[in-house]
Amino acid sequence: MSDASMKPGAGPKSAYFLSHSDEAVERRTLAVLVDNEPGVLARVVGLFSGRGYNIDSLTVAEVDASQHRSRITIVTQGTPHILEQIEAQLLRIVPVAEVIDITNSKSGIERELALVKVAGTGEKRVEALRIAEIFRARVIDTTNESFIFETTGASEKLTQFIDLMRPLGLVEVSRTGVLSIQRGKEKG
Amino acid sequence: MTTRTKAKPAASQPAAPRMMTGAQIVVEALREQGVSVMFGYPGGAVLPIYDALYGQDAIRHILVRHEQGAGHAAEGYARSTGQCGVALVTSGPGATNMVTPITDALMDSIPMVVITGQVPTHLIGTDAFQECDTTGITRSCAKHNYLVTDVNQLARIMHEAFYVATAGRPGPVVIDIPKDIQFATGQYVGKAGITKPTYVPQRTPKAEAIKAAADLMTRASRPIFYTGGGVINSGPRAAEKLRELQALTGFPVTSTLMGLGAFPASHPDWLGMLGMHGSFEANNAMHDCDLMICVGARFDDRVTGRIDAFSPDSKKIHIDIDASSINKIVRVDVPVVADCAEALDALITEIKALKRKMPDLTAWHSQIDGWRARRCFAYKNSSDVIKPQYAVERLYGLTKDRKTYITTEVGQHQMWAAQFYHFEEPNRWMTSGGLGTMGYGLPAAVGVQAAHPDALVIDIAGEASIQMMMQELSTAVQHKLPVKVFILNNEWMGMVRQWQELLHGERYSHSYSESLPDFVMLAKALGGHGIRCDKPDELDAKIQEMIDHPGPVLFDCRVERAENCLPMIPSGSAHNQMILGEITGNEIGEAGRKLV
Repeated sequence: MSDASMKPGAGPKSAYFLSHSDEAVERRTLAVLVDNEPGVLARVVGLFSGRGYNIDSLTVAEVDASQHRSRITIVTQGTPHILEQIEAQLLRIVPVAEVIDITNSKSGIERELALVKVAGTGEKRVEALRIAEIFRARVIDTTNESFIFETTGASEKLTQFIDLMRPLGLVEVSRTGVLSIQRGKEKG
Repeated sequence: MTTRTKAKPAASQPAAPRMMTGAQIVVEALREQGVSVMFGYPGGAVLPIYDALYGQDAIRHILVRHEQGAGHAAEGYARSTGQCGVALVTSGPGATNMVTPITDALMDSIPMVVITGQVPTHLIGTDAFQECDTTGITRSCAKHNYLVTDVNQLARIMHEAFYVATAGRPGPVVIDIPKDIQFATGQYVGKAGITKPTYVPQRTPKAEAIKAAADLMTRASRPIFYTGGGVINSGPRAAEKLRELQALTGFPVTSTLMGLGAFPASHPDWLGMLGMHGSFEANNAMHDCDLMICVGARFDDRVTGRIDAFSPDSKKIHIDIDASSINKIVRVDVPVVADCAEALDALITEIKALKRKMPDLTAWHSQIDGWRARRCFAYKNSSDVIKPQYAVERLYGLTKDRKTYITTEVGQHQMWAAQFYHFEEPNRWMTSGGLGTMGYGLPAAVGVQAAHPDALVIDIAGEASIQMMMQELSTAVQHKLPVKVFILNNEWMGMVRQWQELLHGERYSHSYSESLPDFVMLAKALGGHGIRCDKPDELDAKIQEMIDHPGPVLFDCRVERAENCLPMIPSGSAHNQMILGEITGNEIGEAGRKLV
């Protein structure tokens, strides 16, 4: 090889540089159907940590006891290239039966539940209750100085509700993370 | 007169459940799976299984000297036979010592079932003696793993583990069995019908993918086959189909380190290995091709070099049974998710059916001949000191006409072996490619020799690597496995030294071994035969002595100490930026220095 074609320090990028890493990051909700066997959640979560993927939220529960099937809903972020890899890597896990891209499916529905504790008296307390009515949040516990609201909906709606409660004495929030399903009569 | 009730015909009643202890279930399942050799090391938590192995002769157990040796031996066995390797070790340190071979097998896609003992169920989680969270530790380095908590599930899990280890892209599977489960009595079930419904790899290619691939292949003017370990893993049929498809098309062939032997090295269209220490012609052909047909390889960073300069003007077809390998590193135009043999077979049929006139490749072949003429593996030989390249060349010359299997450790000697030892058949070359495990070669050779007692099995080693697992020579002696260890002894961790010369201003930090064992005496101490050679003109006779010796041999081949392994693509560089002659120390830029 001639010296001309051998250019030391020509500013190479990392050998691990992925050709599509300049793509924009997208948010994606994935439903992962798995055999409910010991360690399956650790396998899924370990894949994300081991390969450096993000998890924004995660929910998991058994949904079909007779078939030992659990449904894991993961909200993640990445470039389209990374998201494609996440799906392929998830399918490689032996007990993973199916991966559904809820975000890119026209019929995907996402819901989340939040429990919101608000403490206050006087006008703030009345205002909190009035906003809760607008959001159709239910009061599930009350004392003279506090409410606990239960509210369901899209994640953005919950965030909006929580933001409105903040100046009214917001104490604590508990959220389930996103659950998902598809519209219509078909499964999955 | 006594009355006897006549027994009903056996066929009309269900077979009585076969009840046995968990330990017996393990041995019976191994026997039913056709396991004839396994590798292991006993300890408290696997004693019941060892008791079940006692006195039976269906399965030969090779007692190693360190659990890691059992794992690599099982890998060597698997790679040389195409069968699943089996290792058996105890809990705690037995299991943690297996982590390296398990990871090695995952990286190189080697089918392996590892059985680990575990503390009794009621002690799990109490930090009991020799307890560790084996399934937790091996979750990310095994293809799959199991903790058995019910003896009645044990037989099914054993059979399922063999299915998972061998189906699709092969890999290691760990079965962790608590000691009380080994003692408990449960029902044995046979292997028939046991699979894993959530894991059914796609073996046959989609017709449209094959059509698209065949169309590109019949129009390309600068095509190349880039083949990998997947061709070997798919089985001998894949290597046959590769040769058939190559004969049909006349395309040149290169291969990764893991794929050597799938295509015969004596073939005129063979370009040699590609990648960091691959041939000039293979790397330049990869860079300049207009069609790349990747068969069972995964665009590893040792192969691609700088990604944004990787084969910039080519269309790419990628055949892989693991869909996650496709588009992982390099975007391809035609993904083909399938078993290599099936996909190659479909391509042959499709190309024949097209009845197109294949493009004229004369210009391409003459361009390749121009690269070949650079003779990139040429080295300055010497009559005073043995050059490592010469040593491997002579080893090849004196062993190529035998049934020879080569294993290696990791480092310069491994690359010289890949460059100067030539393979005609698959399954003859065992090396740690993905993980790069020093210490792999000797135990792997033990495994290969156990599978092929009459073959000549040689571990091409370095003096540093061999010290990581040299105790396994004792295993070879005990089990009468006459492996030969051919050490290219340059007293340096050669590849580390080479990188320090290349990258770190010749500051040789801790890469020189000031004290080395006397390998001839070491061989004797372990019950083997030792040979030393430091003169080029004595080399042939001494290699012949090694071959002729009926038992294990340590061959201390003293070679040129400062020899560099070339050619080389420096990290962060492209395929057409190889260092050919000498290292100057200025080859690698700032960004490249940060790479491995």
